[in-house]
Formats: sequence, C-alpha cells, structure tokens
Amino acid sequence: MLDIKNLHVAVNGKEILKGLSLRVDAGQVHAIMGPNGSGKSTLSYVLAGRSGYDITEGSITYNGEDLAALPPEERAAKGVFLAMQYPVEIPGVTTMMFLKSALNAQRRSRGESEMDAIGVLKSVRAKAATLNVSEEMLKRALNVGFSGGEKKRLEILQMALFEPKLAILDETDSGLDIDALRLVAEGVNGLRSPSRAMLVITHYQRLLDYIVPDRIHVLAKGRIVAEGGKELALELEAKGYEQIVKDAA
Amino acid sequence: MSSAAQQTKQQVAELGDKYKYGFVTDIEMERAPKGLNEDTVRYISAKKGEPEWMLEWRLGAFRRWQTMKEPKWARVHYPPIDYQDAYYYAAPKNTPLKQSLDEVDPKLLETYNKLGIPLSEQMALAGVAVDAVFDSVSVATTFKEKLNEAGVIFCPISEAIRDYPDLVKKYLGTVVPVTDNFFATLNSAVFSDGTFVYVPKGVRCPMELSTYFRINASETGQFERTLIVADEGSYVSYLEGCTAPKRDENQLHAAVVELIALDNAEIKYSTVQNWYPGDEEGKGGIYNFVTKRGDCRGDRSKISWTQVETGSAITWKYPSCILRGDDSVGEFYSIAIANHFQQADTGTKMIHLGKNTRSRIISKGISAGRAQNTYRGLVSVHGKAANARNFTQCDSLLIGGECGAHTVPYIESRNSSTRIEHEATISKIAEDQLFYCLQRGLGQEEAVALIVNGFCKEVLQQLPMEFAVEAQKLVGISLEGSVG
Repeated sequence: MLDIKNLHVAVNGKEILKGLSLRVDAGQVHAIMGPNGSGKSTLSYVLAGRSGYDITEGSITYNGEDLAALPPEERAAKGVFLAMQYPVEIPGVTTMMFLKSALNAQRRSRGESEMDAIGVLKSVRAKAATLNVSEEMLKRALNVGFSGGEKKRLEILQMALFEPKLAILDETDSGLDIDALRLVAEGVNGLRSPSRAMLVITHYQRLLDYIVPDRIHVLAKGRIVAEGGKELALELEAKGYEQIVKDAA
Repeated sequence: MSSAAQQTKQQVAELGDKYKYGFVTDIEMERAPKGLNEDTVRYISAKKGEPEWMLEWRLGAFRRWQTMKEPKWARVHYPPIDYQDAYYYAAPKNTPLKQSLDEVDPKLLETYNKLGIPLSEQMALAGVAVDAVFDSVSVATTFKEKLNEAGVIFCPISEAIRDYPDLVKKYLGTVVPVTDNFFATLNSAVFSDGTFVYVPKGVRCPMELSTYFRINASETGQFERTLIVADEGSYVSYLEGCTAPKRDENQLHAAVVELIALDNAEIKYSTVQNWYPGDEEGKGGIYNFVTKRGDCRGDRSKISWTQVETGSAITWKYPSCILRGDDSVGEFYSIAIANHFQQADTGTKMIHLGKNTRSRIISKGISAGRAQNTYRGLVSVHGKAANARNFTQCDSLLIGGECGAHTVPYIESRNSSTRIEHEATISKIAEDQLFYCLQRGLGQEEAVALIVNGFCKEVLQQLPMEFAVEAQKLVGISLEGSVG
C-alpha cells in the first residue's frame, strides 16, 4: 500500500528526513517510534502533503501512484488520513458542518454522489456513540474549547467516518490520560481491517500496549535505524532511544 | 416561464405605451445627453412626469451640489471623476423581457448558478416580492395584490411621487437632508428611480420585500433613491441584492436610502452587494458611494442594518441609525470582503439622542489580494441620552500578506451614564487551519470559504434565510483565487 524509498525531506532548506525507507502493506499496523526531533512529524506531514515540506530525493508510492504528485485534498479523497497531534480550531464552523463538508468534498472528488445532511448525521451519530463524542460537541465550533481528549476523540471519529485506506496517527496519545487513551485505542483497533494500513507515530511505548503493531520502526536523525516486532517497543522502553541509536550506528 | 414572470410581463406590457418606441424586444437605451446641468435635472424630472414641487426639490439640490466638494477623508483612492462625462439618465426604451434563460447574459447566469439561484427561481421565490430595477426605471412590480390587502405600499419611488405625494413630501429628505453630503446631494438632484415602502400602523408586512438591482448601461451613473416608512407598531423586512455583469468602464453609483421607524416600529434592512469589483489587475469596477441612514424617530423603535459587501471597486458606505426615540435600538451587522484591488471604507454611525437607547455594531472585514479594507464607525451619545449603551465588535481577517485592514472608531459621549464597549481583533487565516481542511479533503477555495464563513457567522445569522444561503456562497466566490 505504502512504499517509501530513500526519502529526503527539507523544511526551510534544512534536511530533516535523510534517506528514509519504509513499506506498509494493507491490513498491517506499523509503529514509528523515535526521540524528539527525529523527524516523526515531518514524516506524517510529508505523507499528507503539507506545504513547506520539500521532497529533495526519493519517492513515496501509494497504491502504485506517486503520492508526492498529488495535492493534499486529493490524497485525502484517495484515502490518506492524518490524525493530527494538534487538531486546529476553526471558529464559527460547527463540527457537524465541517464533517459534512469534508465528507462530501471527498465523495465529489471520487465521483460519488454527495450525502445529504440527514445521511451524514446518521453516519456521524453511529460513530460518535462508541467514541463518547456527544451531540453537544458536534454542535460546537470545530475543536474550539475542546479538551485535549475531546480533540483526539474527534480525530478518531473523523477517521471512522472517512474510512481511509492509509491512516497515520501522529502522537495521538499525547496529552491523554489513561481512560482517554484506552477509548482512543479502542476506536483505532475497531478500525483495523485487512484493507486498511495504519502508521502509528508515537514517542512512548505506552500507546502500543493498547494498539499492538505488526511492526515497529525506530526513527532517529531522519532515518529508520532499527526495526522489529512488537517486542522492540519494550526494549526501547528499557534501554532508551540513545542506546538503540548507538547500537544501530 | 414562471407565473411571476408572466405577471411581470403583463405589467410591463401595460406600461409599454409610456415609452416612445413601445414594447419591442431589442435593448436600446434612451438617454439624457452626457453631462450635468439644470437642463439634465429638468429632463429627468420631465421624463418621470414629476410634479413641480419635485422638480424644485431637485433643482435646489443641484444648486447646492454645485457649491460642494467631493469628500476626501475616506481611505480610498481613485482617479478624479469627471461628472460632466457621464450620463445621468438612461431608461430602457423597451422592456427586455427574456423568453428563456438563453437570452440572459451568460456571465450573469454563471454567477447565479454559482450562487445556486437560477434567475427563473429568483422571480418565483415564494413569498418574496420582486421589484426589479432594470437600470433606472422600475419595470416590474409583483405580489402587489397581497401587499395591497395588508395596506402596504411597495412601489417605484417615481410612482409614489405621483400617487402618494403627501407621504413622499412628508418623509423624503428628512433623514438624509438634501444638503447632507456631496453624493447624497447629487443623488437628490438626479435620482432616476428607486423604491418606496410604507407600512401602515400596526401592520406586519406579510412578506420579505426584495429589490434586485442590476446595472446594465455602460457609463451610466446609477442614482437610486429608497424611502421606507414604518408607521407606529409596524414591521417590515427589506432585502436588497445586486449583481452586475462585467464592465471595463468605472461606473459611479450614489444611492440614498432613508428609513423611518415611528413608535414601536421595526425595520430590518438587509443588503447583499456583489457589483463588479474590477478585474484581477484592478481595472474597471463600480464606485459605490452610498448614503444609508435610518431614523428611529419613535419611542421603542428599532432599525437593523445587515450588509454583505463583496463587490464594487470602491465602497464608501456607512449605514447609520439616529436613535431619536426613547428606548430605541439600532443595529449594524456587516461583512465587507475586499479582494484583488478592491477598496472598502465602510462602517456605521450610531447617534444616541433618546434615553435608554441601545446600539450594537458587529463588523467583519475580510481582506485578500492587495485590497484595503477600513472600518470607520462613530458612536455618538448626546447629553440627553441617559443610560445609552453601545457594544461594538470589529474583527478583521487577512488573507495573504499584501492586503490591509484598518479600524477607525470614533467615540463621543456627552452623558456620564453611558456604557460603551469596543472590541477589535485582527487575525490571519492560519496555515495550519488551511492544511487541516485540505487534509480532510476540502479544496483550497472551499477551505477558505468555510473558514471565512465561520468568521462571519454572527453576521450571516442575521440575514433572512433566502439571503443567508446566497451570501454564504457569495463569500466563497468573492475570495476565489485569494490563496495559493
């Protein structure tokens, strides 16, 4: 599904990713772990197509297509979803309105018919219930005044609503207490599917107790320096990033 | 064709014999000679078949205008206007009634389609009376019967001058005096047509009143005159919306709108203005120098202005309220969008004269491209206006780095029991907001429209339903090409 080869990415002329290669197949959940400043968020943004993240070398192939050639909204329509570390606030736009606009924009882009307000509402409500997203939250302006947990739950709700093929979760665990973390993880686990790939980006091993990955990649200084099964997370927790990075060098 | 259109056609046919060349189908303009002098004023007055008193009123205004100078205090820049190099009267010799949409200017249709209101539907909009001002002569008035039943007068002002001279004499020029300002005085001399509304005592107008203006003749100044009188205990909601096809020549527009609310009366005046703003290089576009003022003449009266200003090369417009009656209320809700090379200098004046008067100002200015957007507002509380209250909120949103937003509030208070609050913010559409929307599948322009509509929400909510939908789409259309 996703095949990244020798990816070099620069931000404001400074190289952040320095030859990253990664392959994630459909049905798999991979975790990217790494210390602060290793390039984790850069990877998520470059996959989503944020401007200012310039690919200087290498390639990103998504379902056989050159992902880098697509604008961000087309990537979204083709099934790339990024659950953001810091979901932004949009004053005056109700959450429900935003969900409807985004869903229909994606559907239009795929040549599908738009869903009417009632259809969207039903679909959102069904998903909202399991994520403990209240009706009242859906009526509020998008992310405005939401707690950290509410914001993250809404990200997962969107992921459930848009049914992406490739879901990238950027530090979804940050700022969550243990109950919120469990709720979010359950939401994510419920979306695991043979046709869906997930890339879970995290600093801490903690999240991986709940979302158990098929494979773990350690990112340091812009490159994957170690790979392994889920047990690698425990090793990291025990030894710390510094040692792993040293071992790999 | 809708029944409304048929009715219009019939009415126009009835009017046909008033035009020299009768009712034929090609659009030719009947014009006064270029330039402005007393003869022009006499020509217009004669064309409208006006009584002597009206001609004298116009001539008085014209003589006054000759002594006046164009105001220069607004933050707008434009080449000098040669008032002698324009036409001051243009009437369609015939009525260009279209048999099908194929005959309509495709640009206009495109805009209507983008807005989601086909022309045919506009006319048939249930419950909305359409008094179509086609250039200067009002050629159609519909839904008259229903209004007649309620006793509401809704007609072209030229008709009102003939048919209701006492009402017109009593109120015309009492809110915006003939001597008020350069553009209003010019309008008083040469106004060609406009709308008159009178809502009798205790009557709640049974429908939203709506006038669609369209500027059709190149190099023809438009001088509309609107007078709305809400008698004691009455209510009326008036909607004004405008579109214009593309033009290369700058067009001067200097309208005057006067509103009068007597005891316990309420007037809600909504405008969606999207006249041609000039092209992306700033060429062409309409100059809009408008004087709009409401007089809360009676106790407990209320006047509410809501405007969505997206068009015109230059907007110079300050819909105001004179809060004369005790406990009267004035409101101003405004969205002003300026893109490309547009210049907008707009705001309001709230003049508190009566006791316990209240005013509320919510202004949302959006600047994009290389546009300049100024909010200019006056809150003035006079000595007798005990317990007057004002709340002002001015928010500016910038899109891109080459535009400007300016806020110029003037506050005067001569009464110590006054409470005046002023809040102002200025913000930019953040890159992370835009990226978030794009990541969720929204296109660049859709994302900007969504964010801006969110920013304007408090004002959009004030619009009547039919206009709110149109206005939301217009916000998006106006900002096309502003990002990326």
